[in-house]
Amino acid sequence: MADAPVIRGGVTLAAIAAVCTALVAITFELTDDRIEANAQAWLEQSLLPVLAGISFDNGVGQDRLVIPAPHELPGNDDAVIYRVYSGEAPAAALFVITARDGYSGAIRLLVGIDAGGAVTGLSVLEHRETPGLGDGIELPDWKQQFVGRSLGNPVSSGWKIRGDGGEFDQLTGASVTPRAVVKAVRETLEYYAANRGTVFATAIDPEKVTK
Amino acid sequence: MTTQTLLDRFRKGLWYENPGLVQLLGLCPLLAVTSTFVNGLGLGIATLSVLVVSNGLVSSTRRWIRREIRIPIYVLIIASLVTCTELIFKAWFPDLDRSLGIFIPLIVTNCAIVARAEIFASRNPVGPSMIDGLVMGSGFALLLMAIGAFRELLAMGWLLAVLPPGAFFSLALAIAAKNWIDQR
Repeated sequence: MADAPVIRGGVTLAAIAAVCTALVAITFELTDDRIEANAQAWLEQSLLPVLAGISFDNGVGQDRLVIPAPHELPGNDDAVIYRVYSGEAPAAALFVITARDGYSGAIRLLVGIDAGGAVTGLSVLEHRETPGLGDGIELPDWKQQFVGRSLGNPVSSGWKIRGDGGEFDQLTGASVTPRAVVKAVRETLEYYAANRGTVFATAIDPEKVTK
Repeated sequence: MTTQTLLDRFRKGLWYENPGLVQLLGLCPLLAVTSTFVNGLGLGIATLSVLVVSNGLVSSTRRWIRREIRIPIYVLIIASLVTCTELIFKAWFPDLDRSLGIFIPLIVTNCAIVARAEIFASRNPVGPSMIDGLVMGSGFALLLMAIGAFRELLAMGWLLAVLPPGAFFSLALAIAAKNWIDQR
């Protein structure tokens, strides 16, 4: 039968694919917990720099609120909000969000917003954008342009990259990545503006915090 | 395999057939991550371990694999190993993983690995294939470390060394030095 070698080749391929998949699955099982713990540690390290210029007196990272998906924040995983206070008064909220429309995979961001609705800082936690082009979103100068910005500054038509008629710097050769980040920051500000009361009023669900 | 041939293989991998200096394979990661010694070491070790295991797996499956499907099989094996390596780096070397970033998953596209699978592992038994992976991987890793160290040192006085042009200059100098030594 002329088809026999084809079928045999297909079966070999399928068998090797199954073995390879099993190998990846086992490695994933073995490393998953540690990877999760490392990501959490890195996140906690990133919290403080995003709060530049804000005075607060609770420990950053203590007050952790999980917003289960679906929600209006960017991304379709659960969003996390860290809240910091000055005395009893809310000082700032830090949003851990995911921009889904980057060039390559999800971009995990940490956006700090002060009680008045202005951005206190931006940190890029994780991304897979093109080295030398899209990864420019990690540059301090680029992130710095968000600091002090709010929904009225610039007005909503300005919350775009320059190439789209807005006020934010794009990166040479890579407009998709900064466009996604600018959009995610704007959506976070909009969410905060619409839910300011609940962001700080919602009690923490102890079960979620322990996770 | 006698000690003599083993030594001979090492000499080839590290010098006469060095994947970076002579075969000029895998230049994209080589040029991109060698801004420091530690980065070179990290990517070198990652590439080395993928190369050893992928050569071993390709060699041990070589009898059942028809010529027509060998390339997809190499791709499958290499991609799975790289994914495992990435997970291991993320779990145990998170700082190194952050500074190497996308270049760990991009080991998949390092042609040095598929080249060794095709040239050596698909035609030789498991033991020699793994040794081939070890020597070729070491050759590549040592070059990464040397260029990383060189650029890091140079950058103290000459900032251009850590920028992309510095990578091209350093590699060119390394190749020139090797050829000069060989010709003497």
